[in-house]
Amino acid sequence: MDFSLGERSDAFRAEARAFLDEVFTDEMRAEMHRTGVRHNWDFHRAQVERGWLAPGWPVEFGGQGRDPMEMLAFAEEFQRAGAPTYAVGTTLMVANIIRHLGTDEQKRSILPRALGGEIIIVLGFTEPEAGSDVAAAQTRAVRDGDEWVINGQKMFTTNAQEADYAFMLTRTNPDLPKHRGLTTFLVPLRQPGVEIQPVYTLSGERTNLTFYSDVRVDDGLRIGEVDGGWDVMTVGLTFERSGAQGGESIRLLGAMERWAASAEDGDGRPRGEDTDVLARLGRAAAENEISTLLARRSAWVHDSGGLPGVEGSMAKLFASEALTRQSADFVDLLGPDGIRSAGDDTAVEGGAADYAYRFALGATTYGGTSEIQRTIIAQRGLGLPRH
Amino acid sequence: MDLNLSEEQEQLVGAFSALYAKESSTDRVRTAEESGHDPALWDRLREVGVVEMALPEESGGWGASMVDLALVAEQHGRHLGSDPLIEAQAAVRLLDRIGGGAAADALGRAVSGVDLVTLALRPPRRGALALVPSGAVADAVLFLDADRLCCLRPGSPRATVATLGALPVADLPVSDDVVELAAGAGAVEEYERALDEWMVLMASALSGLGGRAIEIGVEYVKERKAFGAPIGSFQAVAHGLADAATAVEGGTLLSREAAWSVAADPGRAPELAALAFAFTAESAREAAYRSLHYHGGYGFMLEYDIQLFFRRAKAWPAQYGEPRLAYARAEARRLARNATEA
Repeated sequence: MDFSLGERSDAFRAEARAFLDEVFTDEMRAEMHRTGVRHNWDFHRAQVERGWLAPGWPVEFGGQGRDPMEMLAFAEEFQRAGAPTYAVGTTLMVANIIRHLGTDEQKRSILPRALGGEIIIVLGFTEPEAGSDVAAAQTRAVRDGDEWVINGQKMFTTNAQEADYAFMLTRTNPDLPKHRGLTTFLVPLRQPGVEIQPVYTLSGERTNLTFYSDVRVDDGLRIGEVDGGWDVMTVGLTFERSGAQGGESIRLLGAMERWAASAEDGDGRPRGEDTDVLARLGRAAAENEISTLLARRSAWVHDSGGLPGVEGSMAKLFASEALTRQSADFVDLLGPDGIRSAGDDTAVEGGAADYAYRFALGATTYGGTSEIQRTIIAQRGLGLPRH
Repeated sequence: MDLNLSEEQEQLVGAFSALYAKESSTDRVRTAEESGHDPALWDRLREVGVVEMALPEESGGWGASMVDLALVAEQHGRHLGSDPLIEAQAAVRLLDRIGGGAAADALGRAVSGVDLVTLALRPPRRGALALVPSGAVADAVLFLDADRLCCLRPGSPRATVATLGALPVADLPVSDDVVELAAGAGAVEEYERALDEWMVLMASALSGLGGRAIEIGVEYVKERKAFGAPIGSFQAVAHGLADAATAVEGGTLLSREAAWSVAADPGRAPELAALAFAFTAESAREAAYRSLHYHGGYGFMLEYDIQLFFRRAKAWPAQYGEPRLAYARAEARRLARNATEA
């Protein structure tokens, strides 16, 4: 039994940390907060220059062939720093799907541009009437010669305003059972008929509602079989749930520990000596360690040749629910000062608790709600019957 | 990273799993409830060497790692062992580290099987040690009084305290029969380390207990039908078990990491020990509670095994105190470490 990620991972972690210290500036942080966009082209380009857009990919695709444990250390550092990783994350997730399921032509035309940092791919799964029940997608794709014509709407198309393609789940055959009439496409976003409407969220992040009116996509950009989109999604959703967890919580606890080390109560006693304060911080510390361990276990299962379905769901469920619990508890712990907002000069530790309290509720939803994860754990992990 | 057990560890787990299955069936656990101690089980455990196992090779022991001990403690927990395994191992390891005169003498008696030595988890108050683990059956009790590490040979007879977990605990007056083993900062440090080790092993036991409680609940809700369907197919039931199972698996990883860190990452070991103990106290309780509740009215009946788990999940860790105290213990160490690193 060995819980260390190994010397190579430790070394790569140190490099990642040094890179973030140098490249991820306070200005970038402030801009992310101001615009709500968790993508920054300067940061993106710096990552490309360093060869670090996809260090875990094989060298022939432009990666560095880093192993999953090195990649986990890398991802943990990026997440703990709060670096802008959303757009790169979705781009690589789709690139990974193309690598596994795409045609040779798709691999030739898309992968070098995705890994070279030239294009961004966003996700177009969720719809106004299809969230957790993602297979209920109504957006239609109708064949027209060598092309398909797309009409419909997608929700939470985060970073669409920066993106070149949306990886989209569409309905190609409404007569087949729900899961069978779906097809996935890589839809070019920079064309007439695509309308991007910003949507602002609880913690200030910008996402989008996107509309598609007679948008055209070449059949060559279809991923997987016609009406075989659900198989593609099954692979894709597993990728979405693996990876590092707990970065937000670790940053939040760091802020709260700095507060506890410096704040005093009304009698001049350090808050960090109060058993109640210590117990509440300690509980979060235990949860954060477990979030990290569950995510590392998923990566280890992946590294050992398995597909971390249940393990990934446990990691995602635990980390997001822990953040939800802790953030509410820490707003309470700060007393009335806890409601001073992130970005306000008077806020405690930059308003970390207020920000986390807002942010947490997104985390329990994207990538499959907590209820979806619990169902996966119950049925596939515990072997409970379906209803 | 490698979460697999080594071949030797697989054998170790297999051997103890078989021993406990045979010598600690739930019938045996029920029979032992009157005293909280199963002498035949403890004899078997001693025969296979659980005391020697916990000691380093240079002291004539087997030199098992904390991970090995944790894996055995998981089996103790899964099978609700009515035995003093955890406190006995933590106590002899403490005696070994202290060494010299009285400690060496006490260790010799423990290894030869003359004495059962245990560890008091809290200092004496008003001249007595309250609810000492295995205090009702121990021949010697190690405790810390201010900065003095002492060994008490409790008198008899000792009143059995009826407890939630049917534990062999006792309230022991600190009589005249007390020997000081060591004093000063070093003694305190070694005692705290023993307490950390007790916490790691208890966390492992609670992980085992929680895991088995989930299994019992899962087996039940797959079989039991209501409204024309197995109740495990209802989300209200399935999701509660999914949450509890996730917490138990997370707690098991944390306990094992805490055990691993004793040798591999000693700077973090004390902090991880208390975190693992506090978290598994909560997750084991939650697992047993959910599992019992999903038994419906049957869960409330003494005849069903799940109540044995439900009571011990709360009572075992309560011998130290509520989880919040252990969270605070861990966090105080984190803040001290942060201050050193800054």
